[in-house]
Amino acid sequence: MSCSRRKLLKSAMTATLAASLPISAFRFLSPAECRAATGTEGTRWVFLIDTNKCVGCGFCVKACKKENEIPYDAPVTRTWVERYVVTEDRKTHIDSPMGGRDGFIDPKIRGEELVDPENIAKTFFVPKLCNQCDNPPCVQVCPVGATYQTGDGVTLVDREWCIGCGYCIMACPYGVRFFHPVHRVADKCTFCYHLISKGRQTACVDACPFGARRIGNLLDQDDPVTRIIMTERVAVLKDEYGTKPQAFYLGLDRNVR
Amino acid sequence: MKNHVLRPLWIVLAVIILILTARHFMVPNNFGVHGEGFTYNFHRLSNVEEWRNFKVKYQGREYCRDCHDANVESSAGSKHGAIQCENCHGPAIDHPDDPETLDIDTGRELCLRCHAALPYPDNPRARIISIDGDLHNPDTDCIECHDPHNPDLEEG
Ligand code: HEC
Ligand code: HEC
Ligand code: HEC
Ligand code: HEC
Repeated sequence: MSCSRRKLLKSAMTATLAASLPISAFRFLSPAECRAATGTEGTRWVFLIDTNKCVGCGFCVKACKKENEIPYDAPVTRTWVERYVVTEDRKTHIDSPMGGRDGFIDPKIRGEELVDPENIAKTFFVPKLCNQCDNPPCVQVCPVGATYQTGDGVTLVDREWCIGCGYCIMACPYGVRFFHPVHRVADKCTFCYHLISKGRQTACVDACPFGARRIGNLLDQDDPVTRIIMTERVAVLKDEYGTKPQAFYLGLDRNVR
Repeated sequence: MKNHVLRPLWIVLAVIILILTARHFMVPNNFGVHGEGFTYNFHRLSNVEEWRNFKVKYQGREYCRDCHDANVESSAGSKHGAIQCENCHGPAIDHPDDPETLDIDTGRELCLRCHAALPYPDNPRARIISIDGDLHNPDTDCIECHDPHNPDLEEG
């Protein structure tokens, strides 16, 4: 076999060029990427919670449990309301009896009498639910592909596929996942996926008489929820974890973790 | 090659083929990467549809209007206008077929969720007129004296 110098140089150059072509040039674009590239509008569900409006009636928790068939008296829930009472001595008293399902009727916190109401510096109720993170750590750890993120940003659990190992429950920094006592799989808030994909609102949003909870589409510039997130000062929980949570809070206090 | 080398090799091959065949039948064919990447979108596609088809239980206030016109009207203009009917009566699901009648919770706890006095002057709760459950007619249901659909202190 003979090889001229010219031929060698030529093939060496072709090979270099070919090798420098990025693999991505051969990759098929996913529908989502196409949509993003062509600028067609999509959906990204986000939640907005106004702690300045929450009175702690707990109707959201009741509605969530009944709508989503979470055993009513089991100590698990997809959403809950926390009560924060900060006293003048800078102590924070937190409780959430039954997740706030029956409201907060008693001024006692964990059975503890706050000696003097005069001592109370500030109080607020904080509803919590799944943050439907952009970088959900709970999905990354699933060993079987039973939990995933939908195209519109909601993290769901495949009840048929989940083996109940509990990794995701440990991985969630917000503690929103739990073990479903009936189906015996991991369970979490779905943003009432069956309602929002029919154009309705989540059960908890519907139940709230005071407008403390709202759901919206972040990709729709005219959505009132998106307007608030864009124009007002909103906070998220545990930003430092890098999970990019998508439940935004108005009036969040530093004591809330 | 010698037989004692080949024999385990055949066994290993057979096991691999067995696993692959089992996998072929056990893994649903719509299982795969659906979306941007493996990290977050590796799943069974039909599960999304399963969640979409989850049974709806809460129907919303407008649903009640057809049959309980009077209650909807009296409630709408009242101070309780913001409270969804189903918060107090439970999810309607297929009511009036199943269940035929909805819960009527006459307990005091239902009202105290919002009306129990808490010593929190800075809390939004303070904007709701409140009573002390232990002192305000403790042994009688609230609805004996107040209309839950249209509470009005003037009428008494
Ligand atoms: C298709 C008509 C219809 C619709 C819609 C409807 N209801 Fe009813 N409802 C009925 C009938 C019929 C009864 C049984 C009346 C009876 O037995 O006195 C009933 C009974 C009830 C009762 C119990 C009344 C009692 O005296 O025991 C409640 C509470 C109630 N409905 C609430 C609601 C609410 C809240 C909604 C909306 C979410 C609703 N209903 C929607 C027809 C309807
Ligand atoms: C604050 C809680 C509350 C809300 C909100 C509420 N109800 Fe009621 N409802 C009650 C209670 C308590 C009774 C029992 C009244 C009684 O026995 O006098 C009742 C009774 C009823 C009854 C049966 C008999 C009657 O008094 O007419 C119907 C029907 C009914 N409600 C429908 C509705 C509808 C429709 C709505 C929404 C517009 C609604 N309720 C909202 C608490 C509530
Ligand atoms: C979701 C919270 C909530 C629940 C539950 C609730 N209420 Fe109310 N209630 C309100 C609000 C809000 C007002 C208006 C307060 C105001 O304007 O000062 C109100 C007002 C009232 C008033 C005063 C009306 C007036 O003329 O000022 C009475 C009495 C009352 N409710 C009784 C009841 C009774 C009885 C029940 C139980 C059947 C009940 N409430 C359940 C939120 C609630
Ligand atoms: C025996 C009848 C009776 C019962 C039972 C009753 N109330 Fe009243 N309630 C009244 C009367 C009368 C008033 C108006 C007089 C007043 O201001 O004290 C009133 C006033 C109120 C007010 C306004 C308080 C204010 O400062 O003006 C609220 C709120 C209220 N009731 C809620 C409730 C709730 C919630 C329950 C059940 C836990 C309840 N009531 C049970 C008779 C009753």
